[in-house]
Amino acid sequence: MIDSGPLRVPVLARVSDDPGIEERLRRIWETGPGLIGWLSTVDHKEIGKRYLVLSFLFLLIGGIEAGVIRAQLGAPDQTLLTPEQYNQLFTMHGVTMIFLYALPVLSGFSNYLWPLLLGSRDMAFPRLNALSFWIFLLAGLFLYASFPLGMAPDGGWFNYVPYAAHEFNPGPNIDVYALGMVFLGMSTTVGSTNFIVTLARTRAPGMSLNRVPILVWGTLTASVGNLLAVPAVSLAFFMLWMDRQVGTHFFDVAAGGQPLLWQHLFWMFGHPWVYAIVLPAMGIVSDALPTFCRRPLVGYTPVALATVSTMVLGFGVWVHHMFATGLPPIALSFFSAASFVIVIPSAVAVFAWLATIWTGRPVFTAAFLFFAAFVFLFVVGGLSGFMTASVPVDRQLTDTYFVVAHLHYVLIGINVFPVVGGIHYWFPKITGRLMNERLGRWSFWVMFAGFNLGFFPMHIAGLLGMPRRIYTYGSGMGWGPVNMVITLGSYLFAIGVLLFLVNVWRSLKRGEAAGPNPWHAPSLEWSTASPPPVFNFAVIPTVASRYPLWEDRLEAGAGRSSTEEGMLLDHGRETIGTTVVGAEPDVILRMPGDSLAPLALAVAMAAIFVGLLLHSWTTVIVATGALLLTLVAWLWPSAALGQTMEIADE
Amino acid sequence: MTGGASRLVAAAVVVVAGFAASQVARAESSMSYLTTFGPAGDPATRLGWGLGLISIAVTVIVTALLLAGLLRRRQRADPKALAVASDTGGMAWIYVGTGITTVILLACAVWTIRTISAIAMPVGTDLSLEVSAAQWWWRVRYDNADPSQVFDTANEIHIPVGRPVRVELESLDVIHSFWIPKLGGKMDVIPGRTNVTWLEADAPGVYRGQCGEYCGAQHAHMALSVVADPPATYAAWVADQLAQAPRPASSDVAAGLATFSRHCAACHAIRGTDAGGILGPDLTHLMSRSTLAAGTLPNTPANLLAWLADSQAIKPGCRMPRLALSARELQSVARYLQTLQ
Repeated sequence: MIDSGPLRVPVLARVSDDPGIEERLRRIWETGPGLIGWLSTVDHKEIGKRYLVLSFLFLLIGGIEAGVIRAQLGAPDQTLLTPEQYNQLFTMHGVTMIFLYALPVLSGFSNYLWPLLLGSRDMAFPRLNALSFWIFLLAGLFLYASFPLGMAPDGGWFNYVPYAAHEFNPGPNIDVYALGMVFLGMSTTVGSTNFIVTLARTRAPGMSLNRVPILVWGTLTASVGNLLAVPAVSLAFFMLWMDRQVGTHFFDVAAGGQPLLWQHLFWMFGHPWVYAIVLPAMGIVSDALPTFCRRPLVGYTPVALATVSTMVLGFGVWVHHMFATGLPPIALSFFSAASFVIVIPSAVAVFAWLATIWTGRPVFTAAFLFFAAFVFLFVVGGLSGFMTASVPVDRQLTDTYFVVAHLHYVLIGINVFPVVGGIHYWFPKITGRLMNERLGRWSFWVMFAGFNLGFFPMHIAGLLGMPRRIYTYGSGMGWGPVNMVITLGSYLFAIGVLLFLVNVWRSLKRGEAAGPNPWHAPSLEWSTASPPPVFNFAVIPTVASRYPLWEDRLEAGAGRSSTEEGMLLDHGRETIGTTVVGAEPDVILRMPGDSLAPLALAVAMAAIFVGLLLHSWTTVIVATGALLLTLVAWLWPSAALGQTMEIADE
Repeated sequence: MTGGASRLVAAAVVVVAGFAASQVARAESSMSYLTTFGPAGDPATRLGWGLGLISIAVTVIVTALLLAGLLRRRQRADPKALAVASDTGGMAWIYVGTGITTVILLACAVWTIRTISAIAMPVGTDLSLEVSAAQWWWRVRYDNADPSQVFDTANEIHIPVGRPVRVELESLDVIHSFWIPKLGGKMDVIPGRTNVTWLEADAPGVYRGQCGEYCGAQHAHMALSVVADPPATYAAWVADQLAQAPRPASSDVAAGLATFSRHCAACHAIRGTDAGGILGPDLTHLMSRSTLAAGTLPNTPANLLAWLADSQAIKPGCRMPRLALSARELQSVARYLQTLQ
């Protein structure tokens, strides 16, 4: 509620006039010391870094699983793994990479960068931000809880029923997956909500919607997509868990249930999700590649629109995962055509990147190599997708290694390469130090060579008829040589990733000092120190164009952005709330301080899921009580947070 | 770029390209669908080649544009400076590129929809099979209006060359996918519904297939084959399959049948004996089939004995348990089964 009391007009200050500003803001925003401080921080930069580190740990775990899988498949008739072990490993590899690496790593970037890109002091809901991280951590642990017991999920990440039903899979494997996915979905939902509100309300004054970086468009689109898609899969997994443990019959054929219902619900989520884990990564490239081409992105507006329309269309193509399920030809024709149409926005982005490179003047940094290679990998992965969009062709290609090649070109090419390039690009901002360029180039070339050597031949294995998800194959099939190359190539790729990690490790300690803007980049995050102070900006920047830090070099329109002079906002943790479209200053937002409540809430939720898994109803009841108490504590009204003051209209 | 690294990549590109070419040249692999042998698959194969060649052409063109854009000579300049003075220009790339892409996509969509109807089952297909998929084998039932002409077999389908065959697909447990790559695309086998596909082979031969949908521990060992015979050979095969199993000709073989009846008949049927189990494959003409355990082993006497002795070692997790039989009993069951021509 807005009080009708006197309106407070924010003080406009100039950083150079008042050297005490930064010290004052630091005291206001600093996280407390020690373990309690570490556990209770709501600083988006800290949370972003945790997301990045944890998702890379999961990337390594998923990579080790892949390494074992490739050892098993490197030659015919191998017996390194039993079928059951193989099935758990390929399932956990997929689950880990798709759910615990690919989206969280992008959330890491966005969490770290958004307030800096948008000229704000934190995300709209800092505590929700902490909550979404803690749930991610605990849900990740939950999903791995049964792994050491040899009872990890083994139904594939797609987890088709009735194979995943109790009748055919009675162990805890699938229950862990089902409950873990419902739990993890809460993290995604909370995080997505936070991104959407952050974009809508906390942009710097003047940063109208047509001035936000493409990464913001990508994450916004992914967040809206997730809010609409995650309920389908949470519902599906909850229904499956009830079928398994409570005796419902949603998917039980014998009682009139429908196995295809699972597939529809899963892919209604699954396909938009695929776009959610690539669109922000494409946004990273659309923002960072132009910096190294020394020009603005060609076609900002078409690329932003292509981002949004990809997701809109992405909700209409889920059936292309089901072309062989025997649906009527008219439905197949519709979804096939829709799957072709979705190539169009991708083409817009590709030609925008190509045009940016052509009309720019590339600077060949390690980061740029990753982004330029990404364009190539995007095209290869896109075209194999284009082939599978065609129903008759897909009925041969589906469930062969051709699709494995496709999805790895998409997920590694369009997610991992931009992410690693993005780390090279923002590492100096995050740590204050530059990464080693020479080692960076070596890691790029080894990753690039290893990736193509390891994953391109998967297309050939697929065309030779090798099905997916087989734990072995006979020597008479003729798949041995190609698999040996795949295995060796993927190991080379892993060496490249390790070189990258070595570079991160060394550069953290010995990297050259970066300064605020080592790449002479245009966006707001480069206007503040590296690493950024805890309050991000001493004064809230005012934005007058799409490229605030390039205004001296571009023929800009009227007005100049300012990072030197702006609203001070130093009565406690505050940032400015602006209007949705035009980013006019609207309200002073009081931001909550550090709190243990998000962690406590996540732990209580985890305890509920553990109780459900173990059928320990006492645990469920106690944990639910703890959860409600935590919520009460969290939501307890605080005078300091009351939005009692509003800035005056000019 | 570092000289050493770029040479490494160039070498890798050559290796990948050479390897790709050599593998495609070997495409006569029994599961490759780069060539197909019948009207249920051929239009899709042509479409696949068409889309594949378009994809290769687009990759080459875009890669060439990318490399040219990266490597073309430019004047050196202050790294802080920008290459352009204003945020305009370059839009023609998007208009032209997206325009051409859209035209190609529309053409491919039309070609796709025409192909969907081209591979529909011909009207008047009168020969019909029921294929039921189970963990991890295929039951094949030859349908006929005359019940005396109906028979079961497993994992090996015979069809007459040049005649379309309707295939009704049912699952006995989880989802599987019926796939004979050289004759056409996959059709999923889903519990609770009957999917229909069809087969037609232009040329006599053995066409291997394999389950295309992950279905559990032994998904890797769930193969089947389609044998396309000239019409006369096919008719003779049908007549053979309709026959009941021969009565044991010696006491040793009779002992094998007795052991079989005690230990195996709960799951397997042998027509002409009292073994009538339906959980496993019908073994009436086991010796007429070329493989054992759904394509896992060639059907040789040694393999048959090994399979009976320890199926779990050969196909871990499969539904056939370890049999509590002595070596003698195993030998005698194997000898009996070998009479099932």
